[in-house]
Amino acid sequence: MKKVKIYVTLKESILDPQGSAVKGSLEKIGYGEVADVRIGKYLEVTIADTDRDVDTIVKEMCEKVLTNTVIENYRYEIEEA
Amino acid sequence: MKFAVLVFPGSNCDVDMYHAIKDELGEEVEYVWHSETSLDGFDGVLVPGGFSYGDYLRCGAMANQSNIMTALKEFAAAGKPVLGVCNGFQILTEAGLLPGALLRNKNLKFMCRTVTLNVENNNTLFTNQYAAGEQIEIPIAHGEGNYYCDEETLASLQANNQIVFTYDNNPNGSLQNIAGIINEQGNVLGMMPHPERAANEIVGGADGLKLFTSIVKQWREQHVNN
Repeated sequence: MKKVKIYVTLKESILDPQGSAVKGSLEKIGYGEVADVRIGKYLEVTIADTDRDVDTIVKEMCEKVLTNTVIENYRYEIEEA
Repeated sequence: MKFAVLVFPGSNCDVDMYHAIKDELGEEVEYVWHSETSLDGFDGVLVPGGFSYGDYLRCGAMANQSNIMTALKEFAAAGKPVLGVCNGFQILTEAGLLPGALLRNKNLKFMCRTVTLNVENNNTLFTNQYAAGEQIEIPIAHGEGNYYCDEETLASLQANNQIVFTYDNNPNGSLQNIAGIINEQGNVLGMMPHPERAANEIVGGADGLKLFTSIVKQWREQHVNN
């Protein structure tokens, strides 16, 4: 078994109004040093033992479904589970 | 002309779309459930609005994995008319049938009101009944209608006249006020506003009906010998 931790973030060129709103709130409660907030997604995908190459199938899943590469970037870590 | 209205779990404008075709336009229409694998016998496909699969992961991402999408891609590749409205537009971009993506509205609000659109291109199978530059009143109802694409894609949309509708007063932050775009082949249109909700004066306006009469007119000219 493998546990795959996938981090999905908006590309830098994409505005993140949600992040901006959160930044505003943080400033309001006294964290004026916050320069930027970007909100993304975190997925944990557990993969059963397989003959297929886990790295390859994770990349495929990210490109086909888990992310939209027009607007998002992703990175992942594979751990023993 | 026979239309298909695709239905996914969470579609909620499918009935309005069906009504617009059957009762306002007077053409044949059938619902097609997402698990179906064929669109044989249909002349046009309508992908309705709503919240397919609860917008899980991203709007349209789950719907794009449905069985019917393989048939829809073949249907579109054959040059037949495909219209995606609201969530339908999001599904078409996820499927790669239209370029770009729909982001969260810039003001983070769900916008639900009637807006003024400019018909930027009336030389399409979806807009031939509108005048060039005509302004029309069509309702919007979306939280993620902020159209985005990269600069290269935008340049090609502009060069090929693929921007079909723009907002007169941008409600969601979309690039270049884009409300609707067509593919390069000219047979797949995606738009955030809802023409099916503006198909009879009794509901406040009928400016959307001409979009459907445009499709039928073009189809008749191609397929019916008078």
